Amino acid sequence: MANTTLQKLEKLDRRWVFLAMAIAVAAPLFFKLGLAPKTTPPVKAFYDYIEQLPPGSRVLCSFDYDPGSKAELNPMCVSVLRHIMLKGHKPVILTLWSTAPALIERNINEVCRDEFGKQYGVDYVYLGLKEGREAVMVAMGKSIRSTFPTDFYGTPLDNLPLMNGVENYSSFALLINVSAGYPGTKEYVQYVTSRFAIPMLSGSSAVSVPEYSAYFQSGQLRGLLTGITGAAEYEALIGKPGLAITAMDGQTMGHFVIIFFILFGNLIFFINRRSKGRA
Amino acid sequence: MKREIPILITLVFGVFMIVQFFIPHPAVNDIANRLQNWAIIVISFSYVLGSANILRINGELVYRRAPGWPYKLVLVIAFFTMATPGLILGIAEGSWTNDRLFTFTYVPLASTMYASLAFYIASAAFRAFRVRTWQASVLAITALIVMLGRIPVSHFIWQDLPGIVDWIMGVPNAVAQRGILIGAALGAIATGLKVILGIERSYLGRE
Repeated sequence: MANTTLQKLEKLDRRWVFLAMAIAVAAPLFFKLGLAPKTTPPVKAFYDYIEQLPPGSRVLCSFDYDPGSKAELNPMCVSVLRHIMLKGHKPVILTLWSTAPALIERNINEVCRDEFGKQYGVDYVYLGLKEGREAVMVAMGKSIRSTFPTDFYGTPLDNLPLMNGVENYSSFALLINVSAGYPGTKEYVQYVTSRFAIPMLSGSSAVSVPEYSAYFQSGQLRGLLTGITGAAEYEALIGKPGLAITAMDGQTMGHFVIIFFILFGNLIFFINRRSKGRA
Repeated sequence: MKREIPILITLVFGVFMIVQFFIPHPAVNDIANRLQNWAIIVISFSYVLGSANILRINGELVYRRAPGWPYKLVLVIAFFTMATPGLILGIAEGSWTNDRLFTFTYVPLASTMYASLAFYIASAAFRAFRVRTWQASVLAITALIVMLGRIPVSHFIWQDLPGIVDWIMGVPNAVAQRGILIGAALGAIATGLKVILGIERSYLGRE
């Protein structure tokens, strides 16, 4: 009888697993746990690098993600813009992902225009999308003006005061990339950072972090935000709690559910194997 | 000549792009810059070609009532529903295309697809994550430690847990990743040289 129950449990209908996960990630919407992560060294390095730039520094931001990774990377993008604005730096923003322009435009308007009341063209510029992946990255190293003759709204770069004197990467104090994959951080490291000597910070989805942490160790990345956890740490550092910190409750519960099912599955597996061995 | 001319073009431009990297002369830089802009234009045109190809292939399947044709029809309708208003009304914030079609339709659909991964990961963890061998045991233990160490309450579970996760990511993980990256880079160099020298010709398609 007990054996039959265990064998049934080993073949548990996956809909029960789905239900457990749904409850785990939905429960924090009603019962807030308020969990805030401890700051890790890559996130601290990211924060410190922006902090130590002289106020008014021009920062090139490449936000490369799509609606699929919005939940994970949008809070990061918003926090990066907030930090840049808080320190009085001037971002020039672009994207290499065709489904990103609208997402990024909304963030820029919410943060730079509405929250901080900055002036477009003077305090920040949005270049929009340019197709061409690595070719665009390398072309910007030669001339940003020939790569982006106009901004997202069709205004020639010469009419934007912030773009006066901007030629290539050497016109910027820093490159920040928030990336969900290709083209993104890996390609910027391979084609841009060393060749054009521009320091780079990266924020990426958690699945890419094992790959990018090697770049952080080697110094090719000066700082690294790691998934929604990294974004939550960063929000706490800049003192502007947002969606990432809210999402930590759901993520924590989700991790516990996965850990429970791994342990539970293996426990049943071992008991069943032992029973079969005895038989 | 259909094959020889493309191979010659690849050889000339491929060698030039390698050589220009080592010659910081304005004239050489200018030519390289122009070539890179050409590449950007060609890549942009590939979107037009890809769109036309999608319509041709799926339109033909709908016309022939091939198996699954209603799904192809949905694709064709969705294509025109997104593309036509975007081309006419623009895609800037506040436009009908951006708000109705992108923000309120495409974004939730794409986010839902990605979010459903969490459910499949939980199911797969229960069914497939069995420690049948010692290699699987190492993988499972490492996964459990990293998952526990990446949550805000990790230091309450065990004070040293975040440090152990940092060590796993910084030492064994970084070592493996560097090996993979260096191997992939050497492979990319070898493939690039084979393409430039005309040894690898699969990009030209069949005869």
